[in-house]
Amino acid sequence: MRSSSGPPEGRPTVLSVRQAVKRYGGLTAVDGVSFDVGKGEIFGLIGPNGAGKTTMFDLVAGSVAPSAGQILLNGVDVSGEAAHRRIARGLGRTFQIPKPFPELSLLENVLLARQDQTGERLFMNFLAPGRVRAEEAAARDKAMDLLDFLLLKRLAHEPARVLSGGQRKLLELARVMMADPAVILLDEPAAGVNATLLEVIIDRIRAINERGVTFLLIEHNIDMVSRLCNRVLVMASGQPLCEGTPEEVSRDPRVIEAYLGGA
Amino acid sequence: MEFLAYGAFFLTTALIFSLITLGLNLQWGLTGLFNVGLAGFVAIGAYTSAILTTPDDAARIGGFDLPILLGWLAAMIVAGAVAAVIGAATLRLRSDYLAITTFGVAVVVQLVALNAQGLTGGPFGVGFIPRPFGSLAENPIVFNFANLAIVAVVTLVFFLALEHLARSPWGRVLKALREDEKAAASLGKSARAYRIQAFALGGAIMGLAGAVQAHFIGFIAPENYLPTLTFQVWTMLIVGGSGSNRGAVLGSVLVWAIWVGSGAAVSALVPTDQQARAAALQIVSIGVMLCVILLVRPMGILGGTPKRKAPAEPAAGRP
Ligand SMILES: Nc1ncnc2c1ncn2[C@@H]1O[C@H](COP(=O)(O)OP(=O)(O)OP(=O)(O)O)[C@@H](O)[C@H]1O
Ligand SMILES: [Mg+2]
Repeated sequence: MRSSSGPPEGRPTVLSVRQAVKRYGGLTAVDGVSFDVGKGEIFGLIGPNGAGKTTMFDLVAGSVAPSAGQILLNGVDVSGEAAHRRIARGLGRTFQIPKPFPELSLLENVLLARQDQTGERLFMNFLAPGRVRAEEAAARDKAMDLLDFLLLKRLAHEPARVLSGGQRKLLELARVMMADPAVILLDEPAAGVNATLLEVIIDRIRAINERGVTFLLIEHNIDMVSRLCNRVLVMASGQPLCEGTPEEVSRDPRVIEAYLGGA
Repeated sequence: MEFLAYGAFFLTTALIFSLITLGLNLQWGLTGLFNVGLAGFVAIGAYTSAILTTPDDAARIGGFDLPILLGWLAAMIVAGAVAAVIGAATLRLRSDYLAITTFGVAVVVQLVALNAQGLTGGPFGVGFIPRPFGSLAENPIVFNFANLAIVAVVTLVFFLALEHLARSPWGRVLKALREDEKAAASLGKSARAYRIQAFALGGAIMGLAGAVQAHFIGFIAPENYLPTLTFQVWTMLIVGGSGSNRGAVLGSVLVWAIWVGSGAAVSALVPTDQQARAAALQIVSIGVMLCVILLVRPMGILGGTPKRKAPAEPAAGRP
């Protein structure tokens, strides 16, 4: 089904998902989902476990190819494009199960997210070492600020494998922020993060959002969703159930049934 | 005096091996690309430079009599280009296919060297390869030390360049790709592009090493590039410590010392009529060394402490 709501008036659409389908063998993880997200929205994606939310993110981020349907970023069909090209199109994502580079330091983890680094081109390290050093120094400052902000500065030079589960979530955030994407997909950023820090994260998402950055947020923490999101899409068993403001969907009997009935 | 000359000769050979091992360390130690056909790349470099720099020879195509440095440059370019093409063709989906392909490449190179007589001299190989200080050959000590100096400078230059790369943002991407390809992709890194670059550069260095060795000995033949060479270099890297450039150099010198030492022992102790057969003991001796290192220091001498296994992925919490 397709509900009436789309992006609020006057917001250009940055992301459109059209009838996306992903099949894994006999199982259809995402089954005909469509939605549009406007610039500057914080769009929530909720639903019971196994509803297909993470798979939906994988489709948008290009880590898995859709079985059918299209993904459009700023009007360009990127359905067949490799995952590593998404960030140049302004799309960043975090992973539900964090994926740090375990043997690299936290600082290196964050530095890797910086885009357009001269030093990442092989011969430039010999042809323009001065430029590489200058960019690296600037990137370091920014990375240290981000680590500081996410309470990880103390561990900046430790390998990422020493991090706790919650800290790994924070490192994911630091990494995606480092890349300055225009659209950020957050897959359960609050899971395993303590309440105080959660408030910090919510503030930070708001602050970045105010600069015009669009967010897609998967979260089981309904409080966080209703505080942040202007619109929410509820999924169940791979299908879109309903779409609307957080208040609207939380009153919808189908949603209550899906959560309670474990559809 | 003779001892000194021999020492220089020994070190020169060991450092040429170091250069090959440095190339392998870039491919495997840093990037995780399994090259089981490295002898093929060494051979490509050797033959390229030999064909370009030897004097005209009626029996072969080639013999262009070009300057040695040009031959070395061409050796790098040709070996690097072959590696790039192989990488581009096989690294599409998974890096496993690369291993099988490199093995095939080494066999093909070997067969071409053996059979394309008009180009490679076939089983007789290519002789009269110009030597950098050929005019000094009268005096073995000076000659050997001059060779050692050249090889040492070339090895040092590549050692420093590779150290620089390992610490550069480029090297950091290689490490990230090895640890988590999906995360690296989400940050915009193309696994394939970086792997092809690392494989090509590693192949170019191997090609250069082959060329340097050819000019140092003055003569090459297909049997210089058998799988034994690949095995030797892998042993050197594992003994020294995969992932470490210093380890690659140290491992090369050590394993070459064992190789030469066991060879000398065989010729001193085994009756002459059995020596050809006993030469296999050289391979056994470095094989034993490999086993000992793997048991005592699995990460190699300079490979650092074994990585602790990363703690299990935390289950995503549920409120
Ligand atoms: N690679 C895969 N192969 C096979 N099945 C998969 C794969 N990835 C996901 N699935 C299946 O797709 C369905 C949706 O999974 P998904 O991870 O998208 O759910 P989710 O909504 O993110 O759930 P949660 O809230 O628990 O994270 C599940 O039934 C899952 O088992
Ligand atoms: Mg999920």
